[in-house]
Amino acid sequence: MTDHFPRMTGTAFTPDWFEAAVVNTPAAERRAASLGTRRTVKKDWQAAWLARAITCIDLTTLAGDDTAGRVQRLCAKAKAPLRADLAAALGLEGLTVGAVCVYPTMVPHAVKALEGTGIPVASVATGFPAGLTPLPLRLAEIRYAVDQGAREIDIVITREHALTGNWAALYDEIRQMREACGDAHMKAILATGDLRTLTNVYKASMVAMQAGSDFIKTSTGKEEVNATLPVSLTMVRALRDFRDLTGQWVGFKPAGGLKTAKDAMNWQILMKEELGTRWLMPDLFRIGASSMLGDIERQLEHHVTGRYSAAHRHALA
Amino acid sequence: MPTLTEIMQTMEYGPAPESSAEARAWISAHPQIGHYIGGQFVPGEGAPLEVVNPATDEVLCHVARGTAAEVEAAVQAARAAQPGWAALPGHARARFLYALARHVQKRERFLSVLETLDNGKTIRETRDIDVPLVARHFYHHAGWAEVLDSEFSGLAPVGVCGQIIPWNFPLLMLAWKVAPALAAGNTVVLKPADLTPLTAMAFAEICAEVGLPAGVVNIVNGDGETGALIAGHPGIDKLAFTGSTEVGRILRRQLAGSGKKLSLELGGKSPFIVFEDADLDAAVEGVVDAIWFNQGEVCCAGSRILVQEGVAPRFFAKLTARMGQLRVGDPLDKTMDMGAVVSHRQLARITALLDQGQAEGATLHRAPAPLPAKGAFCAPGFFTGTAPAHSVSQTEIFGPVATTLTFRTPDEAITLANDTRYGLAASVWSENVNRAIEVAAKVRAGVVWINATNIFDAGAPFGGMRESGFGREGGRSGMLDYLTRPNPKGAPRPAPLPVGDVTPQTGAADRPGIDITAKIYIGGKQARADGGQSYTVRGADGRGIGQAALAGRKDVRNAVEAAAKAAGWGGVTAHNRAQVLYFLAENLEQRRAEFVAELARCGSPDSEAEVEATIRRTFWYAAQADKFDGAVTATKSQHVTMTVNEPFGVMGLVAPDEAPLLGLMSLVLPALATGNRVVAVASQSHPLIATRLYQVFETSDLPAGVVNLLTGDRDGLAKVLAEHDEVAALWYCGSAEGGAMVETASAGNLKPVWTDGGHLRDWTDPAQGQGRDFLHRATQIKTIWLPYGV
Repeated sequence: MTDHFPRMTGTAFTPDWFEAAVVNTPAAERRAASLGTRRTVKKDWQAAWLARAITCIDLTTLAGDDTAGRVQRLCAKAKAPLRADLAAALGLEGLTVGAVCVYPTMVPHAVKALEGTGIPVASVATGFPAGLTPLPLRLAEIRYAVDQGAREIDIVITREHALTGNWAALYDEIRQMREACGDAHMKAILATGDLRTLTNVYKASMVAMQAGSDFIKTSTGKEEVNATLPVSLTMVRALRDFRDLTGQWVGFKPAGGLKTAKDAMNWQILMKEELGTRWLMPDLFRIGASSMLGDIERQLEHHVTGRYSAAHRHALA
Repeated sequence: MPTLTEIMQTMEYGPAPESSAEARAWISAHPQIGHYIGGQFVPGEGAPLEVVNPATDEVLCHVARGTAAEVEAAVQAARAAQPGWAALPGHARARFLYALARHVQKRERFLSVLETLDNGKTIRETRDIDVPLVARHFYHHAGWAEVLDSEFSGLAPVGVCGQIIPWNFPLLMLAWKVAPALAAGNTVVLKPADLTPLTAMAFAEICAEVGLPAGVVNIVNGDGETGALIAGHPGIDKLAFTGSTEVGRILRRQLAGSGKKLSLELGGKSPFIVFEDADLDAAVEGVVDAIWFNQGEVCCAGSRILVQEGVAPRFFAKLTARMGQLRVGDPLDKTMDMGAVVSHRQLARITALLDQGQAEGATLHRAPAPLPAKGAFCAPGFFTGTAPAHSVSQTEIFGPVATTLTFRTPDEAITLANDTRYGLAASVWSENVNRAIEVAAKVRAGVVWINATNIFDAGAPFGGMRESGFGREGGRSGMLDYLTRPNPKGAPRPAPLPVGDVTPQTGAADRPGIDITAKIYIGGKQARADGGQSYTVRGADGRGIGQAALAGRKDVRNAVEAAAKAAGWGGVTAHNRAQVLYFLAENLEQRRAEFVAELARCGSPDSEAEVEATIRRTFWYAAQADKFDGAVTATKSQHVTMTVNEPFGVMGLVAPDEAPLLGLMSLVLPALATGNRVVAVASQSHPLIATRLYQVFETSDLPAGVVNLLTGDRDGLAKVLAEHDEVAALWYCGSAEGGAMVETASAGNLKPVWTDGGHLRDWTDPAQGQGRDFLHRATQIKTIWLPYGV
């Protein structure tokens, strides 16, 4: 499904669409808080939603001590996210995660491990996580990762451009990154924990979409504050506005801080309520996570057996 | 049953029902809801009414219709319990209120489900809003009970309170009424709505569970007839009512002259103002919390949406999309946004109004959500193309449908917002804090939410202006409505001297060297009475001492019009008003001898003392002008909640005969200090003092129209003032019968009326003739909510 959604072309730099934008923070917080109290999913529906969440996970390892062996283990889990007996009991054989997300030098290991599965390899690039290496090096890093077989590239933006309101510079930079990606899908990480205000998050979202991002993504996972519901609400409302203005459907990826099955459902409810059901599918929605899968597995085992499960009964990623 | 892989494609929510087993078991054990009187559960004798679950049309049980005998028993029980309850230390009452709060929390699931079954509102709202607020209210008022003596020293409980509550927030309205009453040392006789009696009876059981002394809380069920029996019972000292403006008017008339304290929380047609610089997505979500909250059965619902024209197309597109996401259905399902309206009768009423709106040419947009086949469900919606002249723009629909209007400028938004006879709430959406606060200040409403709506807290006073009623619930101000200042009661005020001598009087008289022409004072000008008549005024010895203008209806009309035009007075700085009042004192001082002499001619027992007291009182109110402040209240985190003391606007003041100068000024000064404009009727017997007084006003920099003085037939003029819809509050110091008359006449626009029951007062005693009570009565509280966050 990943490759089926048409590539985003973006638009010309159009500051009119965001310059006057304002986001009222208390109102965003109220809405975010009420999403999980206005909606819930139970029983079979909950199991199905959690299974859907698995297909949206970008199973991630982004650590300094990553090795080929560590990446192979992660890929094995990506191919078989549910224990075989559970998958069979749920009628969900063949279920896989959305992608595996690694550092550029780990891409070849992941590509090899996932050969024949159809699971794409995503690579962070552009001097992740701070994004402060020289632009030519950042662009070269994208091309390297694509060369190595990455089909998705998670770029980071220069926060300075957003914090100083230099939106044209941000647009130009992301445009160049988009060119460097070629056929690979580009996810623009806004590092919202660094941007701080929701109004900044909205504006940066708009610029990233105008510059042709296929996805916009909240966080590197390395900022002090990672994905939150109010930030995500602001970003998905920007997606909706961009869709209404251009007809282009951009995807959304919250990352960092999503750890539980409950988190997965909260974000799914956010997507469904603000954007509609279509935006729950993995070509438009990814969850950047590593530990969340384990919690989902335990919930699904409980759904099958009626007994609460334990982490050690499920394979490590 | 769809398979998991099918659901993975449709991603539907599926059913998420809350269990109603315990609540249903409770209902089965209560086939007939009776009363709770004097600590006893009694079955009730009146012909029972059906209690229906409006979401399923199933009859849950029956409720008794309280009879006169049952109301009598309840009032007697409350009366018997009141002295003991009031005599308890505040700390002891606090313990009971704390126990009630805790027990509400311990039974929160049961109460939430029971409320949903009875009312049809969603379990999300009963669970997340109603019941937590109920507990919060009892906690907050446990605190008031604890600190009552120090915080409200000199005040006493009112006594026995009759309380009549509506069906839209049954348990919450009970809490809003019962908690402050009990904290202040009152006992209550409460009547729940006949449509929704269940949670009140569950609450009665909680009262029994915590061991609340018998008779402190009495609950008598029934319909409007039972309510009227409670309101009319001579044994109650106060009536608190929440409900429709129409019933509020009936109760106002019924209680006229009874001396009972009254507070009314009535209907609304609250504006929801969206400026072009608002966060439109936030405002759209605000609409969900405004008119699509509680099926729109909310007195303070933002039911008139005003949108700035430039952003209206985007706003309505977003609103339509959002409406498409609303889920309407089984209120026990945890994924529903709206449940059923309270009854099929209410649904029919809503439907009729919607039909009328469409017949008038407006376009009705409804949510596409399918409605259940059974039950009183109503699709949420909104009108476009409504004009202020349309009946749906003026009438409270009390259902999930808002009217909409566009505006061009902030001024126009304020004008449209205030173009209503109601004044309960308003919601303002703008990211410009200057604009938002300006609008909050100018909109006539008891509660204003900036970039928010329908946020409540026990510490934040809630209540209306205009025909949305008077009195506040919550916070310090809410407590004051359940307290009274015990003042010595004087003898009945003697009848005033007649105004009948309008033809030449040839008897003995004091004649001045040059004839003095006493006029009335309107809009800063001396004017002759429109009727072209004057009446002879007599001194203490019965001799004629001059002629006073005999003002009539048209003079009242002209005076009120002049006062209405002088609106700038409320906008000047408090320092400015203080300066004018100090200057007024200065000018009185200069003419001290003249006033002393004039009062002596009227027969003042100590004219020197009266003038001295008047000058002092003028200083006192000048001092208070910039000190009678509002407050910032601690409610929720990251919310500034301001309570502002606002003037009513035009006040009618009817002065007593005793102390013709001091009495009149004791009414005028607090009204002026707080920013009101006044139309004052001077002492009927001693009107000549007013003639001299307006000369002082003229030299004291008082803007034209701020004070208007009339002389003539006290009760005749009072009646015209009481009936006048522009007059927003009325103080009357006349006879007992006159008090009843003005209270009856005030029902037209439901202005608050303050009378002294026709008893003489010692105006020279500051405890009786001045104080914060006067300032409090001259103002109405506006609560402004301003959530903040970067």
